[in-house]
Amino acid sequence: MEALFFNVDNGFLEGIVRGYRGGILTQNQYANLTQCESLEDLRTQLSATDYGNFLANEPLPLSTSTIADKATQILVDQFNYIRSNAVQPLSKFLEYITYSYMIDNIILLITGTLHERDTHELLERCHPLGVFDTMPALCVATNVEELYQSVLVETPLAPYFRGCLAATDLDDLNIEIIRNTVYKAYLEDFYNFCSGLSSPTSDVMHKILSFEADRRTVNITINSFGTELTKEQRAKLFPTIGRLYPEGNNQLAKADEMDQVRQACESVSEYRPFFSDAGQSAANGDDHGAASQLEDHFFQNEVHLNKQSFLQQFQYGVFYSYMKLKEQEIRNITWIAECIAQDAKDRIQDFIPIF
Amino acid sequence: MSGTGARENIFATRMALTNTKLRLKGAQTGHSLLAKKRDALTTRFRAILKKVDEAKRKMGRVMQLASFSMAEVTYATGDIAYLVQEQAKLATFRVKAKQENVSGVVLPAFEVDRVAGSDFNLTGLGRGGQQIMKAKEVYAKAIETLVELASLQTAFTILDEVIRATNRRVNAIEHIVIPRLENTIKYIMSELDEMDREEFFRLKKVQGKKKRDTAARNAEQEANEAASATAVEVALEEPEATEDLLSSKDSDVIF
Repeated sequence: MEALFFNVDNGFLEGIVRGYRGGILTQNQYANLTQCESLEDLRTQLSATDYGNFLANEPLPLSTSTIADKATQILVDQFNYIRSNAVQPLSKFLEYITYSYMIDNIILLITGTLHERDTHELLERCHPLGVFDTMPALCVATNVEELYQSVLVETPLAPYFRGCLAATDLDDLNIEIIRNTVYKAYLEDFYNFCSGLSSPTSDVMHKILSFEADRRTVNITINSFGTELTKEQRAKLFPTIGRLYPEGNNQLAKADEMDQVRQACESVSEYRPFFSDAGQSAANGDDHGAASQLEDHFFQNEVHLNKQSFLQQFQYGVFYSYMKLKEQEIRNITWIAECIAQDAKDRIQDFIPIF
Repeated sequence: MSGTGARENIFATRMALTNTKLRLKGAQTGHSLLAKKRDALTTRFRAILKKVDEAKRKMGRVMQLASFSMAEVTYATGDIAYLVQEQAKLATFRVKAKQENVSGVVLPAFEVDRVAGSDFNLTGLGRGGQQIMKAKEVYAKAIETLVELASLQTAFTILDEVIRATNRRVNAIEHIVIPRLENTIKYIMSELDEMDREEFFRLKKVQGKKKRDTAARNAEQEANEAASATAVEVALEEPEATEDLLSSKDSDVIF
């Protein structure tokens, strides 16, 4: 039934997104980009792709951050176009996508406010997708309670912040915990929202969000080794969705080293190969290497899942997937640009190709 | 007289000669000491030059690594610069300065003092935390190299200056002070010789004059004696002349 009426409201936008998807750089184009000798070459190569002459008005010399900023701007424009043409419930779905950027912006503003930075400077650094009207007002808050009462209660993020009101003081450790608590609440809420949508959307999105949740869980575990984050606190930051939940999460909450993390992830067959490489370098006593390889695996799997969502029609997952794939692409371009700028050609292939 | 070079304006006396000789000796000792110092400093300078070269090359590599690890962080997490800036409260990387003495020259040496800080170690908790830690480590190493280079570079400039000053002094002593003192000594010696010769000549003259005088006196005496002998004969011949002898003064009798 869903498929019958899908195109009435969303057919146009789905078509647009699938068109955008065709503009994602291909293996061939990446091969061309990696051959570039300088950033100017890179610009010339990129102008032959869907990016067009997005860097045409930039003064030389180009910096990698300019490239990343401009590419992000293109993505933001595309997203805003889709968003302004969307109707319910797709518009709600698209809003959910922006929430994660909003969380980052709020955290950034709180951090800046705590250190009495200039508000304008802070606002410039915010991600354009996460901008909301009352954002500048965040700068007046000095503690979480006030922050919630005066500003956040107006925003759609209010329910997420409710969970961490217990943190009375805004010190730096708390801010990072707040960020992760809020993000956890956001993931769970998004997951529930997707459950409310009909079948193909929820199927696709559940897969992606479960993976995202598991990735956060594993990352938080690994990154909290050797910090003053207690195990109880850590356990509270784990999203209660995902394929590792509940017993994997429980194991991870108690983990002290990489080996235990691997054991916890053994139960999920997809995650098992991530650790086989990681295990080797961990055996060499290289914990950093193991973790960064794991990160690469996660990125790869994310790309894989997002690619899969394009295989299904008549569902919203494509919008989310397009955003994520495009973000990965911007990361890839930045990486290539960085490698070219720093003359590190041996690592230039370490990006994750999409199509 | 030695008019060949500059000399000090001094009275040519034996006292001045002794003084100048002492000063020459002092200057020579000073010269050899300064030359030794210069050699020691130059050896040190060369060693530091070598180290500076090494450190600069190393810095190039390390900085490249560091900025590349930063690129990795950007890849994994995006822009974290702001968060890290704001959350760093305590300097975990400090530089201590101490002093080192190389043949009288005080060289500052910088030392790294790392405090195991836990600032912003929760940054990137959600993702990329490992890369951030790695970047932190790599940058800490890069800064260590920078600090090392800084102390070498400072030592380099200070040593350079000191070596130049020492060289100037050595050269000044070698080419100005010592020749001048030597000239002074020569001058005094020649002056003294001259005086000796003059004295000798004067003495000779005096002696000659004395000889002449004595000869003249002897001749006069002889003449007088001869005269008195004739006078006696005359007196013997003319007795009234004896009364005159008492009343008149004899020119040879002084008292």
